[in-house]
Amino acid sequence: MPPDHDLDDYVDPYEHGHRHGGPLRVGLGGPVGSGKTALAAALCRTLGTEYDLAVVTNDIYTTEDADFLRRNAILPDDRIEAVQTGCCPHTAIRDDITANLDAVELLEARHPGLELVFVESGGDNLTASFSYGLVDVQVFVVDVAGGDKVPRKGGPGVTASDLLVVNKTDLAPLVGADLDVMRRDSATVRGEKPTLLISLREDPAATEVAEWVRAQVRARRLQQA
Amino acid sequence: MSSALLTLADSRLPAGGHAHSGGVEQAVAAGLVHDPGSLAAFLLRRLTTSGAVAAGLASAACQGDDLARLDAEADARTPSPALRAASRQQGRGLVRVGRRAWPSPLWDALPAAPHHPVALGVAAAAGGLTPRDAAAAAAYLSVSGPATAAQRLLAMDPLTVAAVTARLAPDIDAVAGNSTRSADGSLPADTDPLLDLLAEVHSARKDRFFAS
Repeated sequence: MPPDHDLDDYVDPYEHGHRHGGPLRVGLGGPVGSGKTALAAALCRTLGTEYDLAVVTNDIYTTEDADFLRRNAILPDDRIEAVQTGCCPHTAIRDDITANLDAVELLEARHPGLELVFVESGGDNLTASFSYGLVDVQVFVVDVAGGDKVPRKGGPGVTASDLLVVNKTDLAPLVGADLDVMRRDSATVRGEKPTLLISLREDPAATEVAEWVRAQVRARRLQQA
Repeated sequence: MSSALLTLADSRLPAGGHAHSGGVEQAVAAGLVHDPGSLAAFLLRRLTTSGAVAAGLASAACQGDDLARLDAEADARTPSPALRAASRQQGRGLVRVGRRAWPSPLWDALPAAPHHPVALGVAAAAGGLTPRDAAAAAAYLSVSGPATAAQRLLAMDPLTVAAVTARLAPDIDAVAGNSTRSADGSLPADTDPLLDLLAEVHSARKDRFFAS
């Protein structure tokens, strides 16, 4: 860089945090089969009467999750957008978020009063994370059946997500997973960031996660006020 | 050549291209692309038809031709509705990143969700590039994205796919070099019914990984 250049010339004024107005965008990521879609459906059922909301799905087979949401979340078709990720679910939420931004903006244009948008990634691995150019906050969903070592293994999703959800606690005795170990390891790698151990089978309303989402909506409103 | 051309043609530029296969996904499903030889043939065919048209439009847009008219010219050269939608989707993505990367009043003259080659021409102009550069980027992008898609779908050796793309360089240069308007003022208008058909069949599928 030439010495007479002001560093500010290189800073983009539209960086993360500068998007004003519009709905809270919540990313839901995590490995295949951990319960991302089930969680999205639960949150839509629980929060659908409180907020004007919509969902973007990134399933590898594009309509699979959208169909599941239609059946289970009582969400009308015009509130669900499915995007194709070119065999790279990870790229579509972090490195090139174009298709997801298109989908979010389409939903925002279609529903001007939108307050909440969930962007559900296609199932990926522990290194997956959302770009903050796409979402405001992100939830990473793992499950007990994947082994109680998962939180210790870390990765950006486990360590840096705004909320870590450990799903399927009801399976712990069946798969020999120690929930205390998972809780302790999560706290160690995540510091102050919250972790919730849940069972969507036992609590189909995802009560605790929904409460966390409500707090995020409130926080964003305060920030924007 | 300005290094802005490298940024513009970089497949990592976040303009949404990674989710488009340029017909390769359906060509693979139809058994038309299955190995390096058939991929090379497909890419050459794509380059010399839709690639040539894209190069012509990008060059003209960079030159400062009327953008709304060029956008209509792109429509006229794209019989498949699925391909028109794919082109506009990618154009919109390029405008989103291009506006931020190369701020310029030129962007304001574009229609909403313009065809990709038209947006590419504007991006080139905004980045200080020449019409020939814009054409080179369009020609290169007409094969680089589809080549990567084939690599992913068929789990081909990435080194082989890189070699296939690299060996198309003289053809890419030739297409870019012939992109300027002919003596009667017309733009390239080569079409390939196969690409149109593949795109239409593809867009109706529910199990596709790529947007086009």
